[in-house]
Amino acid sequence: MNTVNISRRKFLKASGILGGGLVIGFSLAGCSSGKLPITLAEGGLIPNAFLQITPDNKIKFYCPRDEMGQGVTTGLGTLIGEELDVEPANLDIIFVGVHSDYNNPEMAVQATGGSSSIKAHYLPLRQTGANTRALLLDAAAKDLAVSRADLTTDNAHVVVDGKYHTYGEFVATAETLVSPEAAPLKTVANFKYIGHEFPRLDAIAKSTGSAEYGIDVDIPGMFHAVVRRSPVAGAKLVSVDKSVAQTMPGVAAVVEISSGVAVVAEKYWQAKMAAAKLNPKWQQVALTKVDSHHVRSDYAQAMKNDQGLVDTEIGDVQLGFAAAIEIVDNEYWAPYLAHAPLEPMNAVVRIENGEADVWSGTQCVGLAQGLVARFSGIPVEQVRSHNCYLGGAFGRRATLTHVIEATELAVATGKTIHLLWSREDDIRHGVYRPASLMNIKAGVDARGNITAWQAKRVGGNITPRSLQNMMPGLFPGLGDGTVDFMVGLTSSTFKGWFVDPTSIEGIYEDYEFDNTRVNHVTVEHEVPLTFWRSVGHSYTAFAKEGIIDELAEKIGMDPVEFRLRNSKNKPRFNHVVRVAGDLMEKMRPAQGRYLGFAAHHSFATDVAEIAEVSIEDNQIRVHKVTCVVDCGIAINPDIIRAQMEGAVMYGLTAALYGNLELKQGAFRQSNFHDYPILRMNEAPAVEVVIIDSNTEPTGVGEPGLPPIAPAVASAVYAATGQRLRSLPLKFS
Amino acid sequence: MTIEFTLNGKPVSTDDDPATPLLWVVRGSFKLKGSKFGCGMGLCGACTMHIDGAAVKTCILPVASVAGKEITTIEGMGSADNMHPLQQAWVEISVPQCGYCQSGQIMAAASLLKNNPAPTAADVDAGMAGNICRCGCYPRIKQAILNVARLNVAQLKLDEPALAYNASDEVTP
Repeated sequence: MNTVNISRRKFLKASGILGGGLVIGFSLAGCSSGKLPITLAEGGLIPNAFLQITPDNKIKFYCPRDEMGQGVTTGLGTLIGEELDVEPANLDIIFVGVHSDYNNPEMAVQATGGSSSIKAHYLPLRQTGANTRALLLDAAAKDLAVSRADLTTDNAHVVVDGKYHTYGEFVATAETLVSPEAAPLKTVANFKYIGHEFPRLDAIAKSTGSAEYGIDVDIPGMFHAVVRRSPVAGAKLVSVDKSVAQTMPGVAAVVEISSGVAVVAEKYWQAKMAAAKLNPKWQQVALTKVDSHHVRSDYAQAMKNDQGLVDTEIGDVQLGFAAAIEIVDNEYWAPYLAHAPLEPMNAVVRIENGEADVWSGTQCVGLAQGLVARFSGIPVEQVRSHNCYLGGAFGRRATLTHVIEATELAVATGKTIHLLWSREDDIRHGVYRPASLMNIKAGVDARGNITAWQAKRVGGNITPRSLQNMMPGLFPGLGDGTVDFMVGLTSSTFKGWFVDPTSIEGIYEDYEFDNTRVNHVTVEHEVPLTFWRSVGHSYTAFAKEGIIDELAEKIGMDPVEFRLRNSKNKPRFNHVVRVAGDLMEKMRPAQGRYLGFAAHHSFATDVAEIAEVSIEDNQIRVHKVTCVVDCGIAINPDIIRAQMEGAVMYGLTAALYGNLELKQGAFRQSNFHDYPILRMNEAPAVEVVIIDSNTEPTGVGEPGLPPIAPAVASAVYAATGQRLRSLPLKFS
Repeated sequence: MTIEFTLNGKPVSTDDDPATPLLWVVRGSFKLKGSKFGCGMGLCGACTMHIDGAAVKTCILPVASVAGKEITTIEGMGSADNMHPLQQAWVEISVPQCGYCQSGQIMAAASLLKNNPAPTAADVDAGMAGNICRCGCYPRIKQAILNVARLNVAQLKLDEPALAYNASDEVTP
């Protein structure tokens, strides 16, 4: 018997308003469980989908984006708190369910990604806050029988003649008034929270173990599921001997599902032990014959023999090469990578009385809802999708095959299912950053101007593969055949008609050339692909900045000077390069340490990085990284610094270690011993310089990543004279 | 077979399979979810708890082996209203990003400071190398640990439940 029953703090929130849609959310303590009420317990003023102000002056912010560590709850809370005049720490921040009012303004779906959240919500959420504040002031003027001009606000209070009244005092009157729609916004000089620093709003929950992630959801009576999947993507189950597993303790069912075969048991460990006793046999598929060296040689063949599609053609590269005094022509390689967020994939699905609930930390709660609807047959309106904290995402939590698995198991067994992937499942059965072979041939004239830039990338396409995983959930009303048709159409479009923008983004755009040609050749091996932090930029920056260094060396020009000279028509990029270059010039690395430089524009943000590196026992050691970023106005400078620090570490893991290898179609790596993640003793110090700016904010979560691999490679060249053109960086 | 041990100061017992790793007993049977599952091989440290005061990775530790021992989890270190000095230090400089590894990081840090109340940066690197943070919060984790060490709070009994502390004194954002 278990004799401890520690009750957890639960903060269940729900409301049945907002255009007839059910809006459900959970506070910053995390998501919760249990039957959901559909009445709004505390009432008060609900002027829009984002705010609720109760008579006792609780200010609730229904946060439309997902918290995966990027600090979006703090960032968006700051935007709305600024104009509403409520200190962000006083907001009760709630994760929302599915509703079109919560769509990402940049995407028209309810998704979080692409470093878009602050950029997309900067004006809309401020306007929402300002309108609500104006409405409260109108109500206060009426209730207090004073002129609006005599009223000010201060941190959730209306102030008149030095006397403080809570916002809550005026909500009853405010409900009877029409909300202003275009209340004036504050000027930058009057910001109290934007641009100021304070601890992240989720720091306490995340430092005390009380933040609730999807894995922590615990529904009374739920069963635990572990799935055995084919080691080769796409191969179906041929046969399985269930006899041993079925007799093991706690096992309730052994069920074949679309992705493989699952054990459902009372406890997780029971499910895991029983699943190990299954002996599934899998189909042979085309991918089964593929080893890593086949991928590499297929790409090399395509690079040599296939022009693929032209993405960009400006001027005439042949004329440009003729005008050059020096030409470089080299290939760069980047391997398949897994995201490996520390929280493995998981989902809880409950189906009861023709309704369903799904709990999972996702970048797209609507996708989870749609997948449950499609795979259970329950109308989408009867499916509630509950988001939680995400234990890392990096693009991984927009593909939700684990929600499909949990739904199929809930349907098959009639039980509430808590499904959890192992780390091995995560590394071997996921969706991946595509491998890429890139060739860039570029010429430079005697003055240091680039005369021609001819780039070609060979590899798989991210967009159709991601759509394949997302469309069934985003359009649950479409038949399977229609979805297959649309996915096929997208796939063939990017093979035969247009280049998938994510495949080649960042391979030339930062510099100016009179003559540019970019080609793309699609070569796929049926490995599932998706967005991985910074997407195409994660590999194109490595090739682009490497070639820039090579060109500068050819003509004996300082590499920073060379970048400045060739980016004059990109003023913000140029300025970031100049600021970082000036910092680098002042650096005096210790004996045996070398500096490397790289810069890249992605997600509308410009970043330059300087890596200080030494080589010890043939191993690359990165001691310090200096990062200069221009992301427009800094909403919370400390979170920007944190995202740059994190992107440097994530990018360094890829630059120094990240390498997934195929053997007979299966990835050989499986856990952190053979897919290592940078550890504290290997982590550099990171100094971040944020360019002072009042322009609209741009992306922060991803742009810090692309420059780090080329910056380290540049420093390695300075140290050793070896140009390393393959990731991960290592000496041959 | 019933296994008895002490969990955050309270005597408990479980009938779970003795081979079940402690992590799954604490999370599944005792419903303490602050300790996390990350790798199942003792490689990432998200599951770190204290066993008789020492930091141990519990995803590979059979519950049978803790019979009669004292287990402390992140929930036993402090709470939002009564944070441990390390937790205060974590909040003060906004250490967490996704936050998933932080319980394990804090448990490892507490053990490190107990054994070495005044560590150098290199000592912290070595002592924390068993805990992965995929978001890359390492510079801040290190800084927070050094901040606590500098405050000399380390001489207090860091592996015991939270010290008397009023969160509103220092950590108001």
